[in-house]
Amino acid sequence: MADPILELTDVRTHFPVHSGFVMRRETGSVKAVDGVTLSVERGEVLGLVGESGCGKSTLARTIMQLVPATSGTVVLNGRNLATCSPDEILGARRAMQMVFQDPYASLNPRLTVHATLAEPLRVHRLRRPEDVDARVTELMELVGLAPRFRRKYPHEFSGGQRQRIAIARALALEPKVIIADEPVSALDVSIQAQILNLLSQLRREMDLSLIFIAHDLSVVKHISDRIAVMYLGKIVELGPAVDVIERPRHPYTRALVSAIPTADPDVERTRQRIVLAGDPPSPLHPPEGCPFHPRCAYALEKCKAAVPPLIADTPGRVVACVRLDEI
Amino acid sequence: MPLLNVTDLRTWFHTRSGIYRAVDGISFHVERGETLGIVGESGSGKSVTCYSIMGLVPQPPGRIEGGAAIFDGVDLLACSQRQARTIRGKRVAMIFQDPMTSLNPYLRISAQLVEPLLIHEKISRRAALGRAVAMLEEVGINDAARRIDFYPHEFSGGMRQRVMIAMALITQPELLIADEPTTALDVTVQAQILELIRRMQRELGMAVIFITHDLGVVSGLCDRVQVMYAGRIVETADTRAIFHSPQHPYTRALQRSIPAMQPKGAELFTIPGMPPDLSRPVIGCAFAPRCGYAAERCRVETPGLAELTPTHGHACLRVQAGDLTFS
Repeated sequence: MADPILELTDVRTHFPVHSGFVMRRETGSVKAVDGVTLSVERGEVLGLVGESGCGKSTLARTIMQLVPATSGTVVLNGRNLATCSPDEILGARRAMQMVFQDPYASLNPRLTVHATLAEPLRVHRLRRPEDVDARVTELMELVGLAPRFRRKYPHEFSGGQRQRIAIARALALEPKVIIADEPVSALDVSIQAQILNLLSQLRREMDLSLIFIAHDLSVVKHISDRIAVMYLGKIVELGPAVDVIERPRHPYTRALVSAIPTADPDVERTRQRIVLAGDPPSPLHPPEGCPFHPRCAYALEKCKAAVPPLIADTPGRVVACVRLDEI
Repeated sequence: MPLLNVTDLRTWFHTRSGIYRAVDGISFHVERGETLGIVGESGSGKSVTCYSIMGLVPQPPGRIEGGAAIFDGVDLLACSQRQARTIRGKRVAMIFQDPMTSLNPYLRISAQLVEPLLIHEKISRRAALGRAVAMLEEVGINDAARRIDFYPHEFSGGMRQRVMIAMALITQPELLIADEPTTALDVTVQAQILELIRRMQRELGMAVIFITHDLGVVSGLCDRVQVMYAGRIVETADTRAIFHSPQHPYTRALQRSIPAMQPKGAELFTIPGMPPDLSRPVIGCAFAPRCGYAAERCRVETPGLAELTPTHGHACLRVQAGDLTFS
């Protein structure tokens, strides 16, 4: 790989579980992220998909250093964040910014747009006080908001506009990487398209890398260069976006892809759907061996024996399934 | 005679900031055993339509200003409370988007499942419990005899939605109104729930009104679709016609803004602007300010729903006049 901006090696984030009130003790751990290795190139969009509870948001938070990794390394721009001093972490945070799902909850309702966008500039001392105004105007224009709205509060905007404010806030520090956690899930279809266009455009113009987390596969396929599929804290398939969605190899990816309803009644009425039985297992008690085997139609005895490693498949694609060649 | 015939329904909300015309003169019907999809963005009035039929509009501030909803010969909007209660909850049932907020967290699901039976039928508690267990098994909950004594929080999101469906179907209704029942669920669970609704519909021969913003879900499930915008129906047709030959510019725009329908990476089609503020009277076609085809008269005349064929109606003045055609 040419020039990764972000490299994760065997990242694990486990949350201890306590029980008992008087004799409080650690009785287990939730393995939210369990051995993730991946890299993001400069200017690349990496899509991250999976069902709720699979650990994709925890992975995002671990990358952002919002929760500490239990083990493994996160290397941003050649620097290992785990061994950084707090000052260096602050610098690293400038290079990485996050956009959250709910633009109603992620903006401070008591701050005007101007205050929201000026705060990061002040904290990181990026502009002299007299230049802050000009930068705020610039940021608002960048995301398609009229600068005359700068004195308005979040509640005066629609959902799509709020998400634009959140994106502008992320861009204020001129980051290298933006992690967008379900940025369009709460929006209507027509607004969703506007935000997706904005993200693609910003990425092109500013040479940003983007980790795009979503559960809607058609959205992820549209915007991403590569897609990683997560299941129970592990990556089960990773490859070029079109390949992963159109020719999925892992049984879980196949089921996921076949579950997306298509907007074509003729296709929809005739196609065979793989309906998975049950819910994902609890990450507190993950199954032995391959995490997917209890729900997998192809599972054999050997699937229960060991956690399958990621095996190289077609160029640029890895799949974690021991029966890859047989099915 | 259709099972449900709604004519000129108008539900307005009288708020401090003005009269909000959430549903403003819509007419439609549902035949026995068919599935009608109602599609629209948030604020288009699709939920309020169904809340009006079910008597769930909070009054005040809401008020049903006019219209009728004739269910099997009885006008649900004009009949006595007593008569309405023999229909709502028994012959017409409803399920909601969020199963956590629509189940009572303090009651075991057994109590919640038998409640409609005890109210609507002459049945002993014991027999009702037996029916409840059978119903839970029917909707795919294993070990129902034991799990019926669980509380709602002991189920996952998908399982809770199954409990909701069991609760709605236990009185064997003739019409089920489903208000975005899968929006809060993962795609794999969504596929399970849609399959369940389809199967129960076949077994009970009931009609379904399915409210959603997801055109993909509609395409596989519904016989007919109506598209709502700003409190009015802009197009209604059988599912194939809506997808293959939509006549209203809004329907076309909605379809074109879905990422799955467009080439990967291309600039997504977006609808400019925002839906109108319904607290002010809308003059002319409500979509005109955002419509690429709007002419002078669109901003003045209010379009009615005109029939293209007996099953396909749309509310576009220019297509009706013949000076605009879509292939």
